[in-house]
Amino acid sequence: MTATKRILGNAYVLGDNVDTDQIIPAQYLTLNPAIPEEYRQFGKYALSSVPPAMSGLPKGHIPFHTQDEFISDYKILVAGKNFGCGSSREHAPIALDAAGIEAVIAEFYARIFFRNAVNGGYLIPFECKQRLCDIVCTGDELELDIAGAVLLNRTTGETYELQPLGDVAPILEAGGLFPYARQVGMLKS
Amino acid sequence: MAAMTLTEKILARHAGKASVRPGDNIWIDVDILMTHDVCGPGTIGVFKQHFGADAKVWDRDKVVIIPDHYIFTADAMANRNVDILRAFAKEQALPHFYDVGTERYKGVCHIALPEEGHTRPGEVLLGTDSHTCTAGAFGEFATGIGNTDAGFVLGTGKLWVKVPPTMRFVFHGELPPYLMAKDLILAVIGDIGCDGATYRAMEFDGDAVYALNIEERMTLCNMVIEAGGKNGVIAPDQLTLDYVNTRNRSGKPYQVERSDADARWIFEKVYDVSKLQPVVAKPHSPDNRAYVSEVKGTKLDRAYLGSCTGGKLTDFRAAARLLYGRSVKIDTFVVPATSEIAKGLKTEKINGKTLEEVFLAAGAKIGEPSCAACLGGPSDTFGRLNAPMSCISTTNRNFPGRMGHKQAEVYLASPLTVAASALTGNITDPRDAMQ
Ligand code: SF4
Repeated sequence: MTATKRILGNAYVLGDNVDTDQIIPAQYLTLNPAIPEEYRQFGKYALSSVPPAMSGLPKGHIPFHTQDEFISDYKILVAGKNFGCGSSREHAPIALDAAGIEAVIAEFYARIFFRNAVNGGYLIPFECKQRLCDIVCTGDELELDIAGAVLLNRTTGETYELQPLGDVAPILEAGGLFPYARQVGMLKS
Repeated sequence: MAAMTLTEKILARHAGKASVRPGDNIWIDVDILMTHDVCGPGTIGVFKQHFGADAKVWDRDKVVIIPDHYIFTADAMANRNVDILRAFAKEQALPHFYDVGTERYKGVCHIALPEEGHTRPGEVLLGTDSHTCTAGAFGEFATGIGNTDAGFVLGTGKLWVKVPPTMRFVFHGELPPYLMAKDLILAVIGDIGCDGATYRAMEFDGDAVYALNIEERMTLCNMVIEAGGKNGVIAPDQLTLDYVNTRNRSGKPYQVERSDADARWIFEKVYDVSKLQPVVAKPHSPDNRAYVSEVKGTKLDRAYLGSCTGGKLTDFRAAARLLYGRSVKIDTFVVPATSEIAKGLKTEKINGKTLEEVFLAAGAKIGEPSCAACLGGPSDTFGRLNAPMSCISTTNRNFPGRMGHKQAEVYLASPLTVAASALTGNITDPRDAMQ
């Protein structure tokens, strides 16, 4: 992540309390993310336990994967409250990363998911000021200005200010916990 | 010096600071790092990637590895993951590895940790599992982390944390015989919601808390994560110290902390436990609370007693009291959390019968100590909901798909309510079964 980076991509919209079992069901936790081929497999199962009616709002019943079984066509998730609640499994942000998700914009996150997303450097977890999951539609073309914390919906022409990344910005900027710890002298390089 | 809560005091001391305030980002020293078969392989991968293939863990005596999730399964990948833990424990000569298929095998990590003397007041315990918060019952700071964090701790013994503000829950009064700690924590989660404690510590206090035994206090702290809490904590009393001292084989010294009388609470709520009712959490969220009286009669296909929340000896004693001399009407699964509890089922008696005899005579099935169907797992897992059925369970989560099938419906309840319901095949108030 660099200070000027923008993310361009289509939105996939979810509701409230999307928990880690919905993001990556427990039966796939036998895959080991430390092995690259198995890391890739997580992309296939990402969001596979989200109830169909809640998949791709506002209409629902929109598959997360279309052309490729591992990588989704969507790059930005928009969700409601308490995204990533439930278990501490880092497999959750890993599955989203493996599926090609670069940023999530939610009202707020469960603590461990947020931490894992940041410390592992998998994706950028933004918090929104309005309830964007009721405003943005699945498939809308979004442009996310990371440094400015602004979201442009190119489909509707609306822009939305997001919460600044705050304390975790330097960690995200460094690329995760390990590079950050080196920068601040907590780890010898 | 500024007044602090118990959580703030532990964090300050582990950061080498005289005081901290909620919101401070600090680096803390870790006393124990725990991992298991689901997150261990990834954690070991992170550790090797960043510290090198030949790197050594920061302190062998502070690393605890407890395989517990996918144990009694033919799944090759699950077994491969236990092999990864085994190889790592050997290579690092780790003294605290509780290997599958050996005398040392324990079962569910959060219950194994205190049983094996790895929980002490005033310490920092981090684990790659969200229910690591269970150990707050011993007056320590205990919370769940991911693989990257755990890999970092393995190499350095340190981690950055943000100091959480503390919410205080005070329970007064005498607990009626039909209520258990599970009812108290489900009531709290129902009140504040499954995001009500996000980024916060939850401290439990009051005479009703100190009247609970250690296992029941663990149940209270165990489910703070279902309210989004970072950690749950109960200041130690003599009961805690007696338990810890009996188990603390290493004799490692520890420092008891308590919240200052004028500590700052971000929220405070007082309950009179004598006025509470048996509750369930309806599908599909732990905060979807209903009084048992409101959902009485709901048809069930299965009952499940187990997990770090409801698979302890206290839980089985309570259930056996109701099942004694009666028969269950639906498939009922009993899964002791650990091998020590499994032994307890064979030795603890009611009216001359062991708990195991009571359960078997009632028609329940007893499984091997592990997480089993609490989180679904491979399809051959004991008690897993492999079809869209309805289950009442002493576990902690009922999100879609949690215990197996995406369309299964899970009601969370106390061991008393689960046992009462197993006897009738529909949701039943324990008071009705106690007559
Ligand atoms: S028993 Fe259930 S909640 Fe507890 S550690 Fe195992 S899977 Fe997690």
